Amino acid sequence: MGPDWLVLIGVVIIVVGFLLKLDVIAVVIVAAIATALVSGLSFPEILELIGKAWTDNRAVSLFLLTLPMIALSERYGLKEQAIVLINRLQALTPGRFLTMYTVLRQLTGIFGIRISGMVQFVRPIVHPMTAAAAARQAEVSPANEEKIKAESALSENIGNFFGQNGFVAASGVLLIVGTLDSLGYPVSPEQIAFASLPMIGIAAVVAAIHFWLFDRKLRRGGPPKPPVPSDPAAPSSEGASHE
Amino acid sequence: MSDIGPQLLEATFVLVGVLLGITGVRSLLNKSNPRRFTTAAFWLLLAITFAFGAVLPYWVTGVLILAIGALSLARGVKTGKLDEGTPEERAAGARRLRSWIFLPALALAGIAVLISTLAPFGEVSGTLSIGVASVAALGIAWAMTRAPAGVVVAQGDRMVQQVGPIGMLPQFLAMLGVVFTSAGVGEVVSNGIAGIVPEDSPLAGVIAYCVGMALFTIIVGNTFAAFTVITAGIGIPFVIALGGDPVVVGALAMTAGFCGTLVTPMAANFNALPVALLEMKKPYGVIKAQAPLAAVLFVIQVALMYFWAF
Repeated sequence: MGPDWLVLIGVVIIVVGFLLKLDVIAVVIVAAIATALVSGLSFPEILELIGKAWTDNRAVSLFLLTLPMIALSERYGLKEQAIVLINRLQALTPGRFLTMYTVLRQLTGIFGIRISGMVQFVRPIVHPMTAAAAARQAEVSPANEEKIKAESALSENIGNFFGQNGFVAASGVLLIVGTLDSLGYPVSPEQIAFASLPMIGIAAVVAAIHFWLFDRKLRRGGPPKPPVPSDPAAPSSEGASHE
Repeated sequence: MSDIGPQLLEATFVLVGVLLGITGVRSLLNKSNPRRFTTAAFWLLLAITFAFGAVLPYWVTGVLILAIGALSLARGVKTGKLDEGTPEERAAGARRLRSWIFLPALALAGIAVLISTLAPFGEVSGTLSIGVASVAALGIAWAMTRAPAGVVVAQGDRMVQQVGPIGMLPQFLAMLGVVFTSAGVGEVVSNGIAGIVPEDSPLAGVIAYCVGMALFTIIVGNTFAAFTVITAGIGIPFVIALGGDPVVVGALAMTAGFCGTLVTPMAANFNALPVALLEMKKPYGVIKAQAPLAAVLFVIQVALMYFWAF
């Protein structure tokens, strides 16, 4: 192979830099400079290339313009109202509750509402409500308690990931548009968001099936019992249960 | 009509510049910020690249980008105290506005789609519509909340700072993509892949592209970074060049990358953070739960890309 393999230095820098958790923006800039250098550009040419590439891709950061509206909505109770809505889902089984949360999270994604779901929803609402729903229908073993936590995080991740590409001003959508544009294939954010909708629906269906199976697993986990307040603080000494 | 499109688009970039500039000035004045001078410099330099991008010589913007990178590297960007309102204020807002509080966000998406389908601005309609819809939605939110102007400005600043430098990452990666393309990284990667993947088989190309997206994401923990590299190297030559619809292929490649995010410890915010937040005993409990689901979704996406894009 010829020396042109050297241009992969940028890819190597990205991988190593991200693995070592160095400052990501600096890593990307260094990768760009190194790649341009080994491809034979002079330093002034590199500055020119970087400046033009940055300016041509400003549309990728257009989502910033949506932030004041979201921030203002938050300041006047957006999250508090979301909690009110989620609390109405009380009577569901754990799996059905998680399915509903996944779909709600996808919808907020499609409408560009940026919430850091793990901190603001999963820890204070989703996990406690799932655990309470599980405790309503059967004895919850320590192994299942662990699974309920994992499934709560999963519902957030699936809803978040597969919802966001349905929003025209999502940074991921704008990056797809910017990248394809730079490579000579002009597409619009609306087209990308629209083409993402089928996968959003499929992800919701697959998640629903997954949570339905989870409900069945939980029900097999213990005998039905009358509602008793759960005691999440009960310590359990088993470290890792094997399965 | 379509000739004023680019000018209007430039005006939206000036608006982004104003938004970033506000954050820069407010950072400078915010004495609770431990690094207020470097923080202000970071946002103000960014603001200049947006507001004056069309008139600055490219090499000047290049110099500014290096300076911005240096400020980020030196951990010079911090946040001071930000106005989030008190819990009582937010609760009062929720009681007053109820679910109407979601209206501005819904309006944003609706207006953006409406404008881009109806507006006669040619190719820039899509991006332009985001700018117009953002302004309109902010107007709706302002009218509904009846917030004082100072609060509106403070909120825009708060969210920009909370999204932070990492929010600029997609644009840095898009820039890197351009550098990769002009340096021929795509060709080198595709030459390497060509030995393994038959060049005239759309199915093989789709599989290689999706697997590449997932694997690269697993390694670096970031789908956006993977998208830049893998699309230039595999997506274009092995899928889109064979006639795959760029829209469908681009959209599905990104979500194929998300399947990698679901199974990698490198994506700490999604897979390690909940383990800590929920006090789980198994460090990889979330990843273990997500792996089967990620595998199913991945296979579906490969099939969908193959059957839908060709």
